[in-house]
Amino acid sequence: MDTQKPIVMMTKQVVPEGKKSFRISKEGRFIFLCLLPAILFVSVFTYYPLVRGIIMSFQNYTLFDLMNIQFIGLDNFVNVLTSPDFPRVAMNSFYWVFFSLVFQLLFGFMLALLMRKKFRGRGIYQAFVFFPWAMSGFLIGLIWRWMFNAQFGVINDLLLKTGLIDAPISFLADGTWAMAAVIIANIWYGVAFFAIMILAALQSIPEELYEAAAMDGAGRIQQFWRVTLPYIMPTMLVTILLRVIWILNFPDIIYAMTNGAPAGSTHIFATYMIDKVIFGQDYGQASAVGVIIVVILMLFTIFYVKATKVEKGGDF
Amino acid sequence: MHREHLGWRTGRAIVLTLFLAFAIFPLYWIIITSLKGQKEIFSLPIQYWPEQVTLINYLEIFQISHFQVYIWNSFLVSLVASAMVVFISMLGGYVLARFSFTGKRQVMFGFLVTQMIPMFIGMAPLYMMMSKMHILNSLFSLMLIYTVMLIPFCTIIMSGFFQRIPNALEEAAMMDGCSRLSALFRVIVPIMLPGIAATFIFAFVQCWNELIMAVLFIDEEPVKTIPVAMNAFIKKYDIEWGAMSAATVLSVIPTMLLFAFCQKYLVEGLTQGAVKG
Repeated sequence: MDTQKPIVMMTKQVVPEGKKSFRISKEGRFIFLCLLPAILFVSVFTYYPLVRGIIMSFQNYTLFDLMNIQFIGLDNFVNVLTSPDFPRVAMNSFYWVFFSLVFQLLFGFMLALLMRKKFRGRGIYQAFVFFPWAMSGFLIGLIWRWMFNAQFGVINDLLLKTGLIDAPISFLADGTWAMAAVIIANIWYGVAFFAIMILAALQSIPEELYEAAAMDGAGRIQQFWRVTLPYIMPTMLVTILLRVIWILNFPDIIYAMTNGAPAGSTHIFATYMIDKVIFGQDYGQASAVGVIIVVILMLFTIFYVKATKVEKGGDF
Repeated sequence: MHREHLGWRTGRAIVLTLFLAFAIFPLYWIIITSLKGQKEIFSLPIQYWPEQVTLINYLEIFQISHFQVYIWNSFLVSLVASAMVVFISMLGGYVLARFSFTGKRQVMFGFLVTQMIPMFIGMAPLYMMMSKMHILNSLFSLMLIYTVMLIPFCTIIMSGFFQRIPNALEEAAMMDGCSRLSALFRVIVPIMLPGIAATFIFAFVQCWNELIMAVLFIDEEPVKTIPVAMNAFIKKYDIEWGAMSAATVLSVIPTMLLFAFCQKYLVEGLTQGAVKG
């Protein structure tokens, strides 16, 4: 960092030439020691299992057959890709990411625009509206599972009362409805995240830009297209990319709401894999699913970065 | 012109109200359910306000399970893990913010990558590691893994906080004879307290909420955390919605309080990294 320069220059003046290398190495040691715990923990408990997992995906590794661990090439991948579940899981993952993202973004954007100008009680309003973001996916899944209950669920009741349906729907017993239901729960959860990010970006737009635009005769709508949108675009693009990755890797809501039921029809890659680890005990195949997720995400990220030219947005 | 303005304002108020309703209705509903008796929960037509408010569900979860133990376990795990995370990520974040050194980019990249790849590729190997270390079914396993999971994100956030604090402060302290480390703790940390608190609370809530690793590592009664216990409930008794909603409300309360308390800091702290770019 540039902010460091003054000190370095100072030490240069004060410390005689011979001792300079000692000074630097002392600083080096400080840097090393401070970063050591973080690097150590992350290497041992994140990167090591990760690499092991990738290796496992090329091995015959089932808990019933631990004596017979060996490399079997791409067999796990072939088995996963040709299994009858695969097309459904892949489609579900796509729907899950696509619809969650589109509606989270749309609603989040609307909410941020509406919250931008101060109004009375905005602080409290924000606390309530953003709260879903702080809840656990597991509890969200449970709550929505109860609301979507076929017989005593409040959603059926509301739909019946408003006349939108004539008979209660067994939302979670039918694959298509169940998929829609878990996505709705996820939208509920994720709107806040987009709203938070976009609101912060909106608030960082300098007021002068609008003044200048107004002087040039731009109306409200033109200001939106010419000033607001371009200004927050980088944030939006980074947020969208992060969210795609994150939503695809987010099993909690589905796990709690349906856990893949009925009959595996609501599994996405993430829940499918967890199912394989916890119940299937075929670590080789489970890891292969994990590797497939990573490959998909990598291809998507490369494509996305190329298409949108986000090179460097935020740093998290 | 004036009327248009009024229309715009009314429209805005209506949409904002709809968003609010959408956001809080599920919470409202689970609270209402938790206050209804068993019979009322499973009777039609559905009541939007309990006919008879009762705390029986809350009593029940303490009777049919050791819910107080699960709360304590969740609390202990979250507290220890977030304290460790804050300490480790403070040191790391400080160094990343203040120095430039070889390997810095790689370290940052290594942290960022962990945010992109699904943690559960390493699930099976991680399970085996924990088993070899003999810490399956112990709270320690969760403290450890939560710390690890949160380090990268929190380190990056912390480094953002440090960058906002002028270097001159610790320079002055060091001129007065402080070592860098004591300058950090005596001068910088006190200024950064709000940021540190936000990071701590963020980490705490994440630990409190985590499910998958907990379900993987824990299945013995005395060490269950709240999500593990609730997950076991579902499997065992199908779902007893009265007790379940009471348990949900109880386990949301701490999050809710923490969030209400420092929501502004959290939002500011966590967004500033992304907006910078």
